[in-house]
Amino acid sequence: MDALLTALLAPLGYDFMLRALLVSSLVGAVCAVLSCFITLKGWSLMGDAISHAVLPGVVLAYLMNLPFVVGAFASGLISVSAIGFIQSRSRVKEDTVIGVVFTALFSLGLVMISRVSSDVHLSHILFGDVLGISQDELWQTVIAGAAALAAILILRRDLLLYVFDPTHARSIGLNTGFLYAALLVILALTIVSALQTVGVILVVAMLITPGATAYLLTDRFSRMMGLAVATGVLSSLLGTYASYFLDGATGACIVLTQSVLFGLAFLFAPKHGQLARRRQQRLEREAELQG
Amino acid sequence: MSAPALDVQGVSVAYGGGRLALRNATLTLQPGRICGLVGMNGAGKSTLFKTIMGFLPPLRGQVQVFGQPVRQAQKAGMIAYVPQTEDVDWDFPVSVRDVVTMGRQGRMGLLRRPSAADREAVQAALARVTMTDFAERQIGELSGGQRKRAFLARALAQDARLLLLDEPFGGVDVGTSEDITGLLRDLARGGRSVLVSTHDLGALETFCDDVALIEGRTVLTAGPTAQTLTAENLALTFGGRSPLHHPARTPARPTEVR
Repeated sequence: MDALLTALLAPLGYDFMLRALLVSSLVGAVCAVLSCFITLKGWSLMGDAISHAVLPGVVLAYLMNLPFVVGAFASGLISVSAIGFIQSRSRVKEDTVIGVVFTALFSLGLVMISRVSSDVHLSHILFGDVLGISQDELWQTVIAGAAALAAILILRRDLLLYVFDPTHARSIGLNTGFLYAALLVILALTIVSALQTVGVILVVAMLITPGATAYLLTDRFSRMMGLAVATGVLSSLLGTYASYFLDGATGACIVLTQSVLFGLAFLFAPKHGQLARRRQQRLEREAELQG
Repeated sequence: MSAPALDVQGVSVAYGGGRLALRNATLTLQPGRICGLVGMNGAGKSTLFKTIMGFLPPLRGQVQVFGQPVRQAQKAGMIAYVPQTEDVDWDFPVSVRDVVTMGRQGRMGLLRRPSAADREAVQAALARVTMTDFAERQIGELSGGQRKRAFLARALAQDARLLLLDEPFGGVDVGTSEDITGLLRDLARGGRSVLVSTHDLGALETFCDDVALIEGRTVLTAGPTAQTLTAENLALTFGGRSPLHHPARTPARPTEVR
């Protein structure tokens, strides 16, 4: 029994583990807050696009010896501008344009990696490496995440109104063009902050799954935010902890935990879960048969 | 003389394809008056609303609200707009109270936290449309008429000087319809100006000070209800196919059978 406890507590004895737990839960919280807006706005694909499109920026930043967040952020903004530019000047549908642009930039990034020094660890960029995060990368992550979080919290109510009813937002004098751009910039910033933890490919899960899970659990936005943050942070802690025993793939462990929580909500959510809906339908049928 | 509540001068707008959606439309609304906007489906009523709100940029002409450009008036919270159908996600996690509170958002501070005055205004607006009991419902749980009331309450909470209501009577029961008419009269008595589009010709005289007739993507004629709502004008507006003839006057002659 004691041996088991010692084994379970062992990860907490390492500095790198504590650091990883701290970073991943911060990232989990920031992504979860934003995920409420992204899922309600229907921007999942946009999140996926920006996260893939940051790759060439990360490689360039490495080559030019710049902080990776700078390259990633610039690359993300370029992808968003390219999507907007092409969409407004062609008849191609938005999701198609998004698909074309992000796969192009992602491929460019892959080619760049294969042509430059092998010091850039492809798998670390693609899948994250929070257990091996350096002091420098940690600070970059914290600053990007804190900036994104501050921006969301300040603009929270206007963003919510914009997502819910842009026509009304405009009618009462809000600058909807600014809010649209702000949401995109915050999205790019959040993605950048999550790169070290889960990597380019899985970032999108952090940006939608907590929001989707919380949406199944409540009909109020403020509660949705709270629940999303709770599931996001819990997943980050459990996933990081589990990855110690599984020896790596921390990002995947975090995302898998989020997915399990989503699955549980899908089945057992008190009002919108499968079981509750079935029960509700049965009751309605019976009531109709009776009366 | 003070500036009119709404001044639309010779406005033309086009949709993307280049087809004119509104042609040289002119309309003036004085403060404290209710103007009924009448015309067939597709005549350009909703387009006129969207143009006034600046959602469709005019090719020619200009729109002013209390002597100011529309965008400026919007920023000052002067215009409340209730579209014909609310283009929102009804599963959105907001309550009726949340939605009505959004009417006040333009005037809240940096962080948009509702003040005590905001909460009171929301409460009063909910009471005015008899939706107090439904305040905590998620918006998707409302019936069609209740949804209309909720969004009307949002416009009331905004406390705007000019209200633009596109077909508020569409798809609501007689009781709600009468409630809305009474509400509009109260607003006008309080000095508010209202532009309201409707199909219900019969009720126009009971609550509209002015009437504007829309046909062929322009304002055919506008003026005080009694002078404007003539059989002749109605025949022009509805092309002799008026679904509801005017009870007080000679109905337009039925068209010949060909």
